[in-house]
Amino acid sequence: MQTTTVKVLNDEGLHARPAGVLVKTASSFTAEIELSVDGDTANAKSIMSVMGLGLTKDTEVVITANGSDAEAALKEITNLFNNKFHL
Amino acid sequence: MLKGNSASPGIALGSALLIVEEELVIPQYISTFELEEARLGQAIEKCKHELTILKEKTLANLGEDKAQIFEAHIMILQDPELLKKTLKKIKAESVNAEFALDAVSRQFISMFEAMDDAYLKERAADIKDVTSRLLYTLLKKTKISLENLSGPVILVAKDLTPSQTASMDRKNVLGFLTDIGGKTSHTAIMARTLEIPAIVGLHNITSSVKSGDLIAFDGETGTVAINPSEEEIKTFQKKHEQNLEYKKELHALVGLKSETVDGIHIELAGNIGTPADLEAFDRNDGEAIGLYRTEFLFMDRTSMPTEDEQFHSYAAVIKGLKGKSCIIRTLDIGGDKKLDYLHIGEEANPFLGYRAIRICLREPEMFKTQLRALYRASVHGPLSIMFPMISSLEETLAVKKIVAEVKDELRSKNISFADDVKLGIMIEIPAAAVMSDILADHVDFFSIGTNDLTQYTCAVDRMNEKIEHLYNPYNPGLLRLIHLTIKNARAKNKMVGICGSMAHQKDLVPLFVGMGVSELSMSAMHILPTRKIIRSLKHSECKNLVDEFLKLGTADEIKTLLNQK
Repeated sequence: MQTTTVKVLNDEGLHARPAGVLVKTASSFTAEIELSVDGDTANAKSIMSVMGLGLTKDTEVVITANGSDAEAALKEITNLFNNKFHL
Repeated sequence: MLKGNSASPGIALGSALLIVEEELVIPQYISTFELEEARLGQAIEKCKHELTILKEKTLANLGEDKAQIFEAHIMILQDPELLKKTLKKIKAESVNAEFALDAVSRQFISMFEAMDDAYLKERAADIKDVTSRLLYTLLKKTKISLENLSGPVILVAKDLTPSQTASMDRKNVLGFLTDIGGKTSHTAIMARTLEIPAIVGLHNITSSVKSGDLIAFDGETGTVAINPSEEEIKTFQKKHEQNLEYKKELHALVGLKSETVDGIHIELAGNIGTPADLEAFDRNDGEAIGLYRTEFLFMDRTSMPTEDEQFHSYAAVIKGLKGKSCIIRTLDIGGDKKLDYLHIGEEANPFLGYRAIRICLREPEMFKTQLRALYRASVHGPLSIMFPMISSLEETLAVKKIVAEVKDELRSKNISFADDVKLGIMIEIPAAAVMSDILADHVDFFSIGTNDLTQYTCAVDRMNEKIEHLYNPYNPGLLRLIHLTIKNARAKNKMVGICGSMAHQKDLVPLFVGMGVSELSMSAMHILPTRKIIRSLKHSECKNLVDEFLKLGTADEIKTLLNQK
């Protein structure tokens, strides 16, 4: 199991388009990927649970990945957060 | 008369089509997991197929933006948590798929409905739309389709789903009326996109109307009449005709001059943010670009746009104008617009802080990159460059020195540029307005930015509700500064324009014309209405108006004077 912490940089938070990009990317890995904030966790492959977290700008998020491609998944997702999901 | 939230303007008169979805009765029975899992899987596949078709149709008819709704719907449909929770319930309780799905989707819907964020709250409608599509499929029922309507109707519904609005038979829909929703709800946004009159949030319109009832409504005021009297119908028809007449009148102004009755021409220019805005500018017959804001090129990215990227955008606009002149404003960032990669940092008073030209003068390399791109683009058509947030002659001279360096650099590299690029400054800081007689000697033109000039002159933050009333376009001090600036520019034969939101304010236009403004710049939709005003004015009368205005001491008196006719 691997863990890393990222920060939401997008002004509009993790709504709509960023959430969509995150879910699509997460779904391309076989590893189980979770986001957690203050004890709330969400399946990164589920648009409804990701949006359900209601993440706003500057929130710190812990990402956990478990599976054979966990490392690559974390790397790519961290990249997305740091680059505002390329939006 | 019923009253709701105005969602999309226009008058609609026609017969009602009541869309009442049959209340789905969700059966509950004992079943095997394998059977129900397979049923659910098949239903998801079928819905996915339908949504893919809808998405393609929407993409072709309404464009990328609206098609994304269905992209999101497909994601919800395939959501692993929705599936997992539903399958878990089927297994644990040995129930049928629709019973489990209904229970699970209700949890998600109420979770989103309870959210504070307006955007996320609206997403409950999408989840409802998708899960009800799945339930209908599982129960082998069909939803009322709006794809083929037999004649023109006004749709009356509790709410319309995103898939209904995207797929409906547009030519037969005269308008929408719904029980629920606000100005920013999906249905309201869609109605405006489709330019169909609509009122939302009428609470009980579905219980007050039967299919076939005659309905008249005004999307602008939000009023609805059910089975209106002859008299009421006449009133609505009259307003409808007036609307059409006004549209026609405006359209007839395309190609005509923006000239007063006594022959004074005022250039009506457009404000744009991206090359894509040129389409609306052309449609509304703008005469020049008075403000091309370059900020958008710099926003929503992680690093500065390169010289080439900037060059391509500027050149695209200049070429697109086919000889009409173009004022491009250099980077106006800071204040409420921030760029992460610029590291402006937190400031106690961002509007009085490190912004616009102040940043450019401290970061000359960044500034020069933009200037090189602008000069390179100048070979494609008439270009003027405008500098924002100038407060003094010193800054004006510092800017001109950098411009001269850039021109030398281009010359030494044998890169061609136009000789006649004009340089101007924005007058939006009172100090610059007061010094405009001297500043006019050093630049080719002024453009008065009324939004910032108001905030700095009256020392008012317009986001602060308690003092909102002080942000007043009729403030005599503000109008006198504008008058002074125009007078000083005119005395030196320099072009002077106005590019803030006061430029298209109906009652102020005659005053500005009287003061001697040479150009008014505004977003495309305001150009033709302003041309209509100008063509009704007499320059000599406008000048008298200025004399009258100068005698007045309060904003209210000025407002009364300007609205006298």
